[in-house]
Amino acid sequence: MAQIKIQNVRKDFGTFNAVRSSTFTVEDGEFFMLLGPSGCGKTTTLRMMAGLELPTSGQIFIDGEEVGQRPASQRDIAFVFQMFALYPHLNVRRNISYPLHSQGMPRAEVKARVSEVARILDIEHILDRPVGGLSGGDRQRVALGRAIVREPKAFLMDEPLGALDAEFREHMAEELRALHDRMGATTVYVTHDQLEAMQMGDKIVVMNHGVVEQFGVPQQIYDWPATKFVAQFIGSPPMNFLEFEGTVGKGASEIRLGEAVIAVPQQLEGATGALTLGVRPEHIRLTPDAAYRGQVLASEYLGTTQIVTVETVNGQIKARIPSTVIVKPGETTGLEFDARTLTVFDSETKAALLSVANKGVHGHG
Amino acid sequence: MSFSPTEPSRRQKWVAGTLVVVYALVTILPLVWIIATGFKSPSDAIAYPPKVVFEPTLEGYVNLFTTRTRVSEEDFAALPPPSSWYEQIVRDSGLVIAGPSRYGARFANSLIIGFGSTFLCMILGTAAAYAFSRFRVPIKDDLLFFILSTRMMPPIAVAIPIFLMFKNLGLNDTHAGMILLYTAVNLSLSVWLLKGFIDEIPVEYEEAALIDGYTRFQAFYKVVLPQAATGIASTAIFCLIFAWNEYAFAVLLTSGTAQTAPPFIPTILGVGGQDWPAIAAGATLFLLPVMVFTILLRKHLLRGITFGAVRK
Repeated sequence: MAQIKIQNVRKDFGTFNAVRSSTFTVEDGEFFMLLGPSGCGKTTTLRMMAGLELPTSGQIFIDGEEVGQRPASQRDIAFVFQMFALYPHLNVRRNISYPLHSQGMPRAEVKARVSEVARILDIEHILDRPVGGLSGGDRQRVALGRAIVREPKAFLMDEPLGALDAEFREHMAEELRALHDRMGATTVYVTHDQLEAMQMGDKIVVMNHGVVEQFGVPQQIYDWPATKFVAQFIGSPPMNFLEFEGTVGKGASEIRLGEAVIAVPQQLEGATGALTLGVRPEHIRLTPDAAYRGQVLASEYLGTTQIVTVETVNGQIKARIPSTVIVKPGETTGLEFDARTLTVFDSETKAALLSVANKGVHGHG
Repeated sequence: MSFSPTEPSRRQKWVAGTLVVVYALVTILPLVWIIATGFKSPSDAIAYPPKVVFEPTLEGYVNLFTTRTRVSEEDFAALPPPSSWYEQIVRDSGLVIAGPSRYGARFANSLIIGFGSTFLCMILGTAAAYAFSRFRVPIKDDLLFFILSTRMMPPIAVAIPIFLMFKNLGLNDTHAGMILLYTAVNLSLSVWLLKGFIDEIPVEYEEAALIDGYTRFQAFYKVVLPQAATGIASTAIFCLIFAWNEYAFAVLLTSGTAQTAPPFIPTILGVGGQDWPAIAAGATLFLLPVMVFTILLRKHLLRGITFGAVRK
């Protein structure tokens, strides 16, 4: 197993720039998520790690070795495709053993390895079946079997659960994560599903328009988004944005939203002009006598919690509050924000301003 | 009986079945007639009204493979008794065998040229189609159009230039010349057909093979070729049928060594009157290779291209 390091990697397709100067590191044994909306360059990045695309510039290190311009067959990595890509003319056993034959491994050893893998994945009973008639889950397991059988340096997975039914996906996600923990294999996993990324990943890279927006452990990314894009892409409902014109001084620990004064973590960066206050729905409380006010538009009941939509002078926001609180559409209420969790963004650059709270996450400054 | 909205009703099935049977009969009738004529005597072959029931004879086939001559009555009487069944048949019509005909050699030429050009066409066509399907080829669409445009005029329009070209290159009446010519004519169609089939094969299969440690060429012949078998088989049948039946170029460009069966069969007409049974026998034998080839490859024609290993 190995560390994978991506350095200033860029990929152009003709005049189209798919990935722009990406840099991040996947540590040995990590379950690493590449997250982003479709067309953000995450799959291209994964394919460059695999050697299915060659980077236009930049370096890729696998296990300390620069492999950027080497073909896939020389990189010793396994790839799990979204469509599984099982060889349709071979049966399950031959599919799994296929990568071993290319290494010229002796028959007896191939057989032993295949049965071991089949045992781990619980597919011993289908080894001699053609792949055509298998269920989605079994195909997924065969694809995984083909990947783990050769004990590669890393597993690269391109939305491997994307082709499964919603019901089965959850089950397979758990199985995948368990398999990873058992083997301790470096895994890079591409997904557009932020919940999947948070649930399974040790670390997440969030990409957008070919740019790495943020890189870190799921909770850091959720709590302290580096950009407005990350804040909005992660979380459901996403982070609320209160747009305002004003000034935050360096060292200030409050901002003015209209008439109200809102406490924020002490700012280490000042800014003037168009600003945005970011607040997660679960960090809003409805308090009748709070200074910042809004009008309740609607409430969605979700069992233990409810999502309340409130119209304020700075835009609509959604609050997640216990469903025991009774709110009536049309009533005016006060809103209180949990001061320790707020992030101020510069609306121009879309980047988060550095504060004492998020400086541990955003290394710069 | 339960009613199903998707399953055809019994009556629809009956109508469809009848149509298929009628169509099959209409198609097969000329074939049956040719085969039957091959086993008729010359007088039965031209009998009016046509004879459906007749006494079969191998005279047509014997005449196809032999040249015969008439000898004077004294000489005929002095001949030793016939040494074989076919000699007997010839004697019965008052003739003697002068030697073998050229049908065997012409038939062999057809086999060499037909299968040779089909084989060459498949190799070049698959390679070109794979490149067009998978690689970023500059001006790809224009190239594909140029390739197809060679089929837009009647081939015979270029017959004279080709004749002159072949004459200068010493390719007239050679196997190599005919193989090249049929390959050139068939290639455009096979590139287009095969490209369609290869486009259908998801590129992930090859990528999986590349990841599994195979080179691109290995991925091509171990993964793409088995998948493309259906397409290659059906394209090969088209190419063979064209090369096998081609008449105009064969008449123009071959006369001896490399003459194929199609221009030869009509020449039987001139030898010793209109020997319809011999012509029918020649046509029947000529049908066989294409029929056998098609039947052998039939399972590939009927089988689907992929069978569900990829979810789309």
